Formats: sequence, structure tokens, C-alpha cells
Amino acid sequence: MYRERSAAPERATLAAGAAPASSPTAGIDLPAPAGEAEEWPGRRHVLDLDDFSAGEIARVLRTADAMKEILGRPIKQVPALRGLTVVTLFYEASTRTRVSFELAAKRLGADVVNVAAASSSVTKGESLLDTAHTLRALGADVLVMRHAEAGAPYVVAQHVGCMVLNAGDGWHAHPTQALLDLYTLRERLGRIAGRRVVIVGDILHSRVARSAVWGFTKLGAAVTLCGPPTLLPAGELPWPVAVEHDLDRALDGAEVVMALRLQRERQQAGLLPSLREYVRLYGLTAERLARAQPGAVVMHPGPMNEGVEIMPEVAYGAQSAIADQVTNGVAIRMALLYLLGGGAV
Amino acid sequence: MTGEDVRRAVAKLARQIADRDAGSAGAGSDGSALLLVGLRTRGIPLAARLRRQLEELSGEPVALGRLDPTLYRDDLWLGRPRLEPTDVPVDVSGRRVVLVDDVLFTGRTVRAALDAIMDLGRPARVQLAVLVDRGHRELPIHADFVGQALATRREQRVAVRLHEIDGRDEVVLVDQAASTAERSSGVQRAIGGS
Repeated sequence: MYRERSAAPERATLAAGAAPASSPTAGIDLPAPAGEAEEWPGRRHVLDLDDFSAGEIARVLRTADAMKEILGRPIKQVPALRGLTVVTLFYEASTRTRVSFELAAKRLGADVVNVAAASSSVTKGESLLDTAHTLRALGADVLVMRHAEAGAPYVVAQHVGCMVLNAGDGWHAHPTQALLDLYTLRERLGRIAGRRVVIVGDILHSRVARSAVWGFTKLGAAVTLCGPPTLLPAGELPWPVAVEHDLDRALDGAEVVMALRLQRERQQAGLLPSLREYVRLYGLTAERLARAQPGAVVMHPGPMNEGVEIMPEVAYGAQSAIADQVTNGVAIRMALLYLLGGGAV
Repeated sequence: MTGEDVRRAVAKLARQIADRDAGSAGAGSDGSALLLVGLRTRGIPLAARLRRQLEELSGEPVALGRLDPTLYRDDLWLGRPRLEPTDVPVDVSGRRVVLVDDVLFTGRTVRAALDAIMDLGRPARVQLAVLVDRGHRELPIHADFVGQALATRREQRVAVRLHEIDGRDEVVLVDQAASTAERSSGVQRAIGGS
């Protein structure tokens, strides 16, 4: 099963716009290979992946290929979104996601204003909608929002005239993270349909996991959720996924392993008997990883608790795609900023 | 234009590019090496054909790239075209760059392509080769090499079909009102060769 796709990573790298290691006169394939069936009917908001079709996801990933080529240039900027004003409005701490959005907007020539709620009028009691209306009146075209309450970006999208990109809302959704995960995997493995993906950790409180499962299942991957019963959603799940409490069993034959950050307050809340117990049962070690397929891809949305949900030798090992995830995040967010607001022509 | 007319026009373009080149196809009169850059979509196979012919004429390898100038367009407010890969595998700085496209019309695509190529480096020279120049420029842009000049009305459409993409070579002039019918019934009016 693995032999047949030994050449796939090379192909994927070329498709992503990396400089080919060939001579200047090497042949360029003509015409461009037809990708997945793509579509882009146009949308003003990206709030989650639950309402994305596989064709829309394919269009985002393909657009990100073109964006990644720009990121490899000496002058990493194009004028496509000149005159557009993007405001990042973060009610929760973030480094990588906020910087990633800011860079994405700047690489496309947009103007960017960053609002950290902790130092804004929010501390004077201004409501979310007041703040959003004010930013709109100041000229914001796109609001990139992170909020601790699930659904907050939906309220803004409904009531304020801005385009809204959800950068994480409560436990609910983190669609740009899911898209960059899909992009990184496509780059590594070529194809996502049929791949065996394990997501391990605190699924219950994870917006990353929820959006990732929507994305993976829409593209036809076989997803297994793994974690202690107290950290898995109860009741019937809205996705076609398997649930496995034993990580060693879940890893058997896995081609992708995504470890999630364990928030330490989960233990304080009584959901875990002890941190040491969690590490012993669910920490991703090199020994455990060996149970997955040879060459299985390791992912983590960051920030990592090294030595808890993932060991350093795995996080920085040859199978890790974690650094690629961060780099690809800029390309994915550029793709979404480009695609927002306009239908295909 | 029939398939044979297209073939002749491409051969003419190759000879013109080589002639301006004072010597071999590999080195221009100012000593700069040639780089052909095809513009999406049909400039890409045209540039590949030109490279083959220029390599046959000179016996030396010619560099080839492809460029999608969409992100430099001035009409993105109309919508968001699907992006094609840009792949210019050599440094453009110091090169003689020949942009290759199928049709030269308003000049706006070429303006965008000029901005795009300048962001990749500082070419010694930039020239433009087109299969068809149909007139009606909206910007002060001209082609250095023209396969075939066509007299058209502004509202007409010039449909270039190339074997690599469309399965056959031809250039057809389509009246916009009839363009829908043309799609279903095939060729409207073939244009005679030079």
C-alpha cells in the first residue's frame, strides 16, 4: 500500500509551487493537470467547514498553491487586495493564527489593523456587536474574529456588514486550521480520500478537532477519534467517524496522526485522574508512532505541550509536518482572503 | 485561421524572435539569455512550441516558464478567477524575457504580466510575442512579435484553440450575440490565413 505512492510527495511538492530541482529547460507539463472537481459559487463568510462542499475545499487548496508560490519569492507581495481593509479582532490570546492572518492580508496588498480585545474599549464594557459595528464604520471590509463563545462570529456575520472569517470560536470551529491541515496533508500524501486519520486527545473541548473532522470526512478520509471517555463528545456524533479509547489500537494502520493540545485545566476540572496517567495512555511517543504505517504523517495544531500529548522526538522527527502546517497557514489564509466576496468568473 | 495557418504563424514568431537575437537563440545581442514566459492559459502551450522551434533553430537550450498575472489584474472587483500555477524556474534578472500570449486585445493582461514579471526580478529586456493581434488597445502597449494581425470589431470575440488544450488548432472570430450558439454548433466563421 505504501509502495504505490512513494513518488507522491515529490509530485505534491511540485504542485505546491516549490522550485523544481531540474534544469531551466526542463519540460513543463501541458496543459496543467486537472485537479479535483472544483467550484466556488462565492461566499462572504467562512465560519466553519460544515457548509463547504468538497469542490469548494478543492478550490481553496488549489488557490493556496498559487499563494505558496508567492511566499517563495524575494518580493512576497502582490497587489490583488489593494484598498481592502482587514481587521483582526481577537478576544483570546493567539500568536500564530493572528500573525498568520496579518501576514496573509499584507502579502495580498490589503491594509491590516489588529485589535486585541484586552486593550480595547471591550474593557469598558462595549459589546461584541458595538465593537464590530464601530470597526465597520471605520472602514473594515473583512473581520477576522477569535472569541471564547461558540457562535460569536455567526452573530457578527448576521448583523454587521463585514465579511467574517472565523479564527476560532469557543469549542466550536476553527475552519482555517482545518484547511491548512488538509493542504499540508495533500502536499505530503498527494491524496486525502481513503486515508486513515487518527485524531487523539481532548476532542470534547477542541474546535480544531471539530473543523478538522468536517474537512477530512468531506474529502473522504477515514477518521478515528481517540481519547479518554471524559474528553470525547457524548451521544451521537454528526460525522461518519470511528471512536477508539485505546491509542495503540487506534494507531494500527494509521497514515496520519493528529495530536491535540491538552489544556491543563481539564485535570483541575476533574476530567483526568492525573496528568501522568494521561501521558502514559495518550502521549504520542516514537514507540507508539511505530504502530502506525511507516512514514505516517504527524500533525499538531500548536501550541504544543511537549512531553504531554506529544514527545519532542516525534514533534521534531522526520515524520512531523508541524512546521509545514504553520507555513501553509499563511497560504491558506491568503487563498480565503482572495476568494471571499467574489464569485468565480 | 486553420491549423496550418496557426502552424505558420508560430513558425514566423520563432523566426522573428531568433532574428532579433543577433546570433544564437540562447544569447541576445546584448548578451542576455532568452527566457520564454507563457501567460495563462493558451500562452503556456504557445511558449512551449516556440521553445521547441527556437531550440531547433539554434541548437541551444531555451529557458521556459509560465505566469498567471491574475493577482495583478485591475478588474478583480468583478470576481475571483481561478488561479493557475506560476512557475518561472530561473532568475529573470539580466535575461531577455519574451512574454507569450495567444491574443493581444486591450493590453490589460500584458500590463498585469509586466508588473508580475518585475516582481520576480529585473530583466534586461521584456518583449511581447502574440499569435494574434486583434487591435482595440486601451493602454500604450504593443507587441514586438505578431503571428497574425486581425481586423476585428470590438464586440467580437477571438477564440483561439490549441491542440494541447482544445484538441485542435484554429482561430475563430465569434460575434458575441452568437457566441452561445457557437458553443453548441461549432465553428462560426473561419478566418483566412496570411
